[in-house]
Amino acid sequence: MNMKKFFAIFLAAMMIFSLAACSGGSTEPAQPADGGESEGAVTIKIGATGPLTGGAAIYGQAVKNGAEIAVEEVNAMGGIQFEFNMQDDTHDPEKAENAYNALVDWGMDMMMGTVTSAPAEVTSADAYADRYFFLTPSASSTNVIDGKDNVFQMCFTDPNQGTGSATYISEKNLGSKIAIIWKNDDSYSTGIRNTFVEQAAALGLEIVTEETFTEATKTDFSVQISKCQEAGADLVFLPMYYEPASLILNQANAVGYAPTWFGVDGMDGILTMEGFDTSLAEGVIVLTPYSADDSSALNQNFVKKYQDKFGEVPNQFAADGYDCIYAMYKAATEAGIDPASMDHSAICDAMVAKFTSMTFDGLTGASMTWGKDGTVSKLPNAVVIQNGVYVGM
Amino acid sequence: MSFLNYLVSGLSLGSVYAIIALGYTMVYGIAKMLNFAHGDVIMVGAYVCFFAFTRYGLNPFISVILAMLVCTCLGIVIEKLAYKPLRAAPSLAVLITAIGVSYLLQNLALLFWSSNPKVFNSIIPNKSLDLGGLTVSYITLFTIAVCIVIMIVLTTFINKTKLGKAMRAVSEDKGAAQLMGIDVNTTISVTFAIGSGLAAIAGVLLCSAYPNLTPTTGSMPGIKAFTAAVFGGIGSIPGAFLGGLMLGVIENLAKAYISTQISDAIVFGVLIIVLLVKPAGLLGKRAQEKV
Repeated sequence: MNMKKFFAIFLAAMMIFSLAACSGGSTEPAQPADGGESEGAVTIKIGATGPLTGGAAIYGQAVKNGAEIAVEEVNAMGGIQFEFNMQDDTHDPEKAENAYNALVDWGMDMMMGTVTSAPAEVTSADAYADRYFFLTPSASSTNVIDGKDNVFQMCFTDPNQGTGSATYISEKNLGSKIAIIWKNDDSYSTGIRNTFVEQAAALGLEIVTEETFTEATKTDFSVQISKCQEAGADLVFLPMYYEPASLILNQANAVGYAPTWFGVDGMDGILTMEGFDTSLAEGVIVLTPYSADDSSALNQNFVKKYQDKFGEVPNQFAADGYDCIYAMYKAATEAGIDPASMDHSAICDAMVAKFTSMTFDGLTGASMTWGKDGTVSKLPNAVVIQNGVYVGM
Repeated sequence: MSFLNYLVSGLSLGSVYAIIALGYTMVYGIAKMLNFAHGDVIMVGAYVCFFAFTRYGLNPFISVILAMLVCTCLGIVIEKLAYKPLRAAPSLAVLITAIGVSYLLQNLALLFWSSNPKVFNSIIPNKSLDLGGLTVSYITLFTIAVCIVIMIVLTTFINKTKLGKAMRAVSEDKGAAQLMGIDVNTTISVTFAIGSGLAAIAGVLLCSAYPNLTPTTGSMPGIKAFTAAVFGGIGSIPGAFLGGLMLGVIENLAKAYISTQISDAIVFGVLIIVLLVKPAGLLGKRAQEKV
């Protein structure tokens, strides 16, 4: 009897606890800056979703931080005012659906996308059906944009990253015998690997071996590493997120194998892992359109503000978030968007027309343009890790 | 790389599976329930050790003891709150509760420690022994040694001590054991306490060998170790050790000589064949049911 009571209290406590956890997860809508609310000012509500907690939180947080800096700057300029509201989707498509509905209820006018690919496939489909303008900072899968005229990407698509990497390796002559380790149960990794192999064949790069792993086997890489070593690979291409990559670097170091490591945007974040020995990543090349050590005034201003506010060096995702807000600001200003007289579907059409015709200069590339299919066109760039920081190549 | 080297890397993976499987099999063998939260207790143990050792710079030995203490308490609390009230319930209810506890622990860890992966500093120097072309890392040798010690101590404990005798009695027939004056509840609690203490050691060794630590670190190795325990014969302590090592070796040899793309299919294919031939697992005893 006593035990039963105890159990009931335990269950009740758990329920209260989970409720508290739920409410803790949602973010309060951002309030517009005080000075900007002048009579007749145009205020646009921008919604966003991304993983603010969960396994991919490092990406969502960076996008949020970058976007917030841009929103502050835009509102201080006194023209169009932005209200920014980012909901947590924990990199889960189902939660992204709820987050999207919360944003619609909040009355958003346009959407600064979803940060990661799998949830973005859901929210972009909703935004397409409901006619909300949608610009994603970093969801790179082609499934996000396919067949949707109002969905645009700030980042490269997965196929572009594979093609870009192969082209870069060939142009800079980084390796003659290439090995690939990829995660064959992951669409991000598989997509990049496929186009990389295609482009490598077209450019005459020699791929000596291909090794795979899955979610279930992402701890032990000793076999994959020694097979790359046996095949004599002098460059290993790692189209994956930074977590398995950090284990590969660690285990390769233990057996004394030191080829040139080449990663794509998922590698971004490896340097900020708590406890990670950054000397393991020395010399790793990362294909990314952004490097924090770029000396342009625009970037220096951004890096300084970011460091003052969040105490760390911004990564590519932060820059993507920042660029998205500015690209939306430019398009909205030029198209004369005013939510007071236009509904979200009219805003969407005006933004789409502007986006496919304008040229935008941002942190992640100069003279960016967007195709009707939603892909961005900008030059890929690579950075190399030296003494624990990214250095342009 | 030679066959021997692949064998050694398989043993190092297998030794980690084995040490997790020991905890699984011991709890199953005595309490007759699959504690699916075992993998998550491992994760908690690894976090405690991470904070003590890497963050606060405590002595590695003290850190491991601390992790064991925390996990032992956690094991007793979980057993008291989640499993004990279901002692008379069908085993399916307990199984589902165990899965629930597993998710609860993962999500609490997410809440407290966030999802950002932490890099665990090995408690053993990250070096290897070179035996003429064959390299064996210290952590592999240490894990296998710890496995063997735990195996011997556990077997002796269960076969020679009074409490061990009580455990065997509870395992055979709870009702009869109670009639003979054995405190069934305490015996099962002690079983969980020991199992969870072992989980802490397994967590520290898992993260020393593969240094990424996230709230889901324990779940996949937990499932693999469960497979290993079934492979070796669930309930059998030497079986868990053998099953773990074999699973690791088969996995790595399949990766090396057949294909990394279908290594899991091969591992589980072998498991199916073994279970078809020996349904109780490699070293499992076939229980005789009296009707």
